[in-house]
Amino acid sequence: MELYEYTAAELSAMFRAGECSAEEITRSALDRINTAEDKIQAFLTVTEENALETAKSADKKFSAGETLPPLAGIPIGIKDNICTNGILTTCASKILGNFIPPYDATVIKKIKTHYMPILGKMNLDEFAMGSSCENSYFKKTRNPYDTERVPGGSSGGCAAAVSAGEVPLALGSDTGGSIRQPASYCGNVGLKPTYGSVSRYGLVAFASSLDQIGVFAKTAEDAALLYSVICGKDEKDATSVRREYPDFAADISNFDCKKLRAGVPKEYFGPGIDGEVRDSVYKAIELLKENGAEIREISLPSTDYALSAYYIIACAEASSNLARFDGVKYGYRSEKFENLIDMYERSRSEGFGDEVKRRIMLGAFVLSSGYIDAYYNKAKATQALISREFASAFEQADLIITPTSPTTAFKLGEKTADPLQMYASDICTVTVNIAGLPGLNVPCGLDGKGLPIGMQFVGPHFSEEILLKAAHFYESLRGELPRALL
Amino acid sequence: MPGLNEKYEIIVGLEVHAELSTETKIYCACKNSFGAEVNTQCCEICTGLPGTLPTLNEKVVEYAVRMGLAANCKINNITKQDRKNYFYPDLPKAYQISQYDVPLCQNGWLDFLVDGEERRVGITRIHIEEDAGKLLHGESFSGSLVDFNRCGVPLIEIVSEPDIRSSKEAKAYLETLKQILVYLGVSDGKMQEGSIRCDVNVSVRLKGQEGFNNRVEMKNVNTFSGAARAIDYEAARQSALMEAGETVGQETRRWDDVKGENILLRSKENAMDYRYFPEPDLKTIVVDDSFVSALKEGLPELPNRKTARYMREYGLPAYDAGLLAESMDRAAFFERAAALGLCQPKNISNWLLGDITYFLREKKMELSESAVTPEKLADMVSRLEKGEISGAAAKIVAEALLDSGLSAGEIISEKGLAQVSDRDALESIVDAVLADSEKAVIQYKSGKTNVLGFLVGQCMKRSKGKGNPAVLSGIIAERLK
Repeated sequence: MELYEYTAAELSAMFRAGECSAEEITRSALDRINTAEDKIQAFLTVTEENALETAKSADKKFSAGETLPPLAGIPIGIKDNICTNGILTTCASKILGNFIPPYDATVIKKIKTHYMPILGKMNLDEFAMGSSCENSYFKKTRNPYDTERVPGGSSGGCAAAVSAGEVPLALGSDTGGSIRQPASYCGNVGLKPTYGSVSRYGLVAFASSLDQIGVFAKTAEDAALLYSVICGKDEKDATSVRREYPDFAADISNFDCKKLRAGVPKEYFGPGIDGEVRDSVYKAIELLKENGAEIREISLPSTDYALSAYYIIACAEASSNLARFDGVKYGYRSEKFENLIDMYERSRSEGFGDEVKRRIMLGAFVLSSGYIDAYYNKAKATQALISREFASAFEQADLIITPTSPTTAFKLGEKTADPLQMYASDICTVTVNIAGLPGLNVPCGLDGKGLPIGMQFVGPHFSEEILLKAAHFYESLRGELPRALL
Repeated sequence: MPGLNEKYEIIVGLEVHAELSTETKIYCACKNSFGAEVNTQCCEICTGLPGTLPTLNEKVVEYAVRMGLAANCKINNITKQDRKNYFYPDLPKAYQISQYDVPLCQNGWLDFLVDGEERRVGITRIHIEEDAGKLLHGESFSGSLVDFNRCGVPLIEIVSEPDIRSSKEAKAYLETLKQILVYLGVSDGKMQEGSIRCDVNVSVRLKGQEGFNNRVEMKNVNTFSGAARAIDYEAARQSALMEAGETVGQETRRWDDVKGENILLRSKENAMDYRYFPEPDLKTIVVDDSFVSALKEGLPELPNRKTARYMREYGLPAYDAGLLAESMDRAAFFERAAALGLCQPKNISNWLLGDITYFLREKKMELSESAVTPEKLADMVSRLEKGEISGAAAKIVAEALLDSGLSAGEIISEKGLAQVSDRDALESIVDAVLADSEKAVIQYKSGKTNVLGFLVGQCMKRSKGKGNPAVLSGIIAERLK
C-alpha cells in the first residue's frame, strides 16, 4: 500500500513512530497528483516547493525531538477561495485570475503553525457558486468514481482530490452544501461546522452570513483531527464565537449509541429523493437502530421554503460581496473602455461567468427599493422560522439524519442548461446553513452504478463532537467503502 | 441672480459628517491620522481585499454616544450596521458600512444663539459609518489615482430636522456643532483637513404655507461660510423658479464655492438605490444603560450652556462669554479666577481674551503650558483695580506671569513696577517736564487743554511708567492754573 492511500491518522502514527518521514508522505502525494491529475483536474495550483519545505521542517523538528502537533507533516489541499499569502487565489474566476493575496487567511495561519504542508489550491465553482464544479473558469474537475461525472460542488476539487488520494485532507467552504454535497458525490467525510466556530477571515466571501470553512477527510477521525486545528474564536472575525473547543479526535471512540436519539424528518425523504439514495440512508438508520439508537420521526414543515429563502439571502449578500471586483484595484480589467462606468461594466461583464452574473443580478434585484420587503425581508423571516423549527426538533433529538443530496453524482453537462435543476441538488443541505447548524456527510454506500451515496448528520449549534463521534461509530458498522479505481 | 423674494421663507436641514479623532480606524487597526504619505495608512482590511472582514472599534461607539448625549438624543440600546452599496473608485469594497434604519442616536436637539436669541434645532439622528478614500488628480500622471489612507476613518453623520430658517442660523448651528465636537474631544474639527463636511438640504415656501416643497440637496459644501452662501444662492434660485411659475424638482446639486453657483448632479428619477441591508460581517451593537449613564456623567458642560451661564452669573457680554466658553481650558481658568472674588470677572475676561491670549500666541504656548495660574492672574488684576500698578505695568506683569513662575507681587517688586501715587515724588517729575515743554505749556495756557495728555505721557515716560497717571494729571492741572 502506498503512503497516499492511508488516512491522516494512520500517517500521523507512522510519522511519529519513525516509519516514514513527512517528506516521504508529501512526495507520495505529489507523485499521486502527477499520475492522477490528468484524469481528475482537481488542482488550480500545485505548490510543490512550499509543501516540501514545510515537510522538511516538520522532519527537522521531529528529529530534534520537538513536540509536534498531531497533523504535523500531513499534507493538505486548500480550496482556491481561501487566501494564501503569495500564492494565487483565483476563486476559479477570470476576474481574480491574477490575484495573489498579500496575507494568509486565519485557517492558513493555523495550518502553517501545525506544520502541515500545503499541496496546492483546489478547483471550485466560480466564487463557490455551483453544485458541480462546472462553473470554474479554468477547468472541469472529474469524479474519481466515474470521470464522466461531476465531483459535486462547489468544493469539487477538494472532494475529488481526497477521493483520488491526491491529498489526505482538504479545507473547503460551505454556503449551502458546498462541502457536504461534493463529499457525498465523492465518498468523503465532509464537515460544515457551526456558523461562527471557524474564522472566515481570508475566505473570499460569497454569502457572509452563511459561509463557513470546513473539512474534507477520508474518515470521521481525520475530520475531527483537522477540525480541531481550525476551530476557535478569531479576533479578526466578529462573527466567530468564543467558547471552549475540545480536542475532537482525542475521545472520538467514546460513543454510546444506546443514548443516541436520532430524528428523521419526513420532509427529507420525499418524492424528490432518488430511491436508491433513500433506501441506502434508511438502511444506515436501521443499522444505528439495531445498535441501540432511538429513532424518532420528526417534522420540519418549512423545509419547502428553504431553497427559495436560501437563494434570495445568498444572492443578496453575494451581489454586495462581489461588487468590489470592479477592475479598479486588482484582478481583471477590460482592455478597452470609454469611461469609468464603461470600465466597470466591461470588466465585470468579461470577468464574471454566467452563473455568478445571474446571482449578482438576482441579489441586486431582491435588495432594490420596492422589492426588498417582498423578497429579502421575507426570506429573512423564513430563515427565522426554519431556525425555530430546528431548535424545537433538537428538543427531542440529539441529531437529525437525512440524505446529503437527492441523487448521486450526475454526468458532466447534465444539469448545466437548467439552473433550477442544479439548485435542487442543494435541497437537503441549505437548511443547515440557513440555521447556522453543523452538518456532516458520511458515505453510507454505493448505488447500482458504483457511485457513493451520502448520509447527512445535522446537530444543534456546536454539537460537532456528537456528529463526529456518531459518524465514527457508524463507519465501524458500515465497514470499508470501496475506493475509487482510477 | 436676484436675492430671495420677501414672500418666501427658507427651510434648511443639514447633514454633517464629522471625522472622529480615535487612535485607530473604525474597522481595522490602522492609524487614524491625516496627512501621511499616500497609501501608507492602510491595510488589507481598509482597502477591502477579498476575504478580509471588519471588526468594530468600540471607541467609535463611545464617541458617537457622547455626541448623541451632548445633542440630547435618545441612545438606542440595540443597533446594527448596514451596507450602503454603490460603485466608486474611492470605495474599495463598493459598499460603505453605515447605519440605515436604526441609528445609534436619535431624536435630540441643540440650542444655540443667533444674534443673542436662543434657537433650537432638532437632531433627527446621529449614526456611525466609515469614510471613503480620496481620488487624486494631477498633472504628473494621467487619469486618476486613489489614496486609501482615509478609507475606514470613523465618521458620525449628524442629521438635523428641517428647522433652520436662514443661512445665518445654519452657520450658527454648524459653528455650535463644531464647538461641541471639539469640546467633547470626539473630533478635531479641522475644516481644512476635511474633518467636518456637510450636505445642505434647502427648500423654500411661501410664508405661512403649511408643509414643505421639494428639497434640493447640495454636495461639496466645505466651509461654514460656503454653506451660508450655498443656502442663499439656492433659496434665491428656487424662489425665482417659483415666481416664474415653475416647480422645484427634488434634486441633488453640486455647490461650486469659487463660482458661487451650483449645478445639477441628478434628479429624483435618477436617484441612487443604495440597496441597504444589514452588514452580515458585524454583530449587533449593544450599549447598555449603565454604559450610557457613565458616559453621560462624564460629559462636560457644553459651550452653549456655558455661554448662557457666564452671561447670567458673571454679567459678561455674549461675545466674551462665547469666546471664553470656546476653549474648555480657558473657561475653567476663568471660572477659578473669578471664584476667588478678588476682582471684576469682566476684567479677568478682558485680560484672558486680550493680552494673555496675545502673549500666548506670541510664545506659541498653550494656557495649560504656561506658568500663570488663576490665582496669580486674579491677584494681578486686583492690583490693577486698586491702582497698585498702571495698565502699562500690568501688561509687563502679565507677560512675565506666563513664564516666570513668580507671583504678580514678586514681579512688580523685582521689576520695580509699583505705581507711584505719592505727590511729593511726582511733583518734581511734573516740574521737570513742564520746564522742558515750553511750547506745550503756552498752548495749554492759550486754551488748548488737550495737550494735557501729551504732558501726562511725558511724565509717565520720565517716571519709567510707574507714575500714577491720574495723580500726575491733577498736579499738572494745578501747576498750570
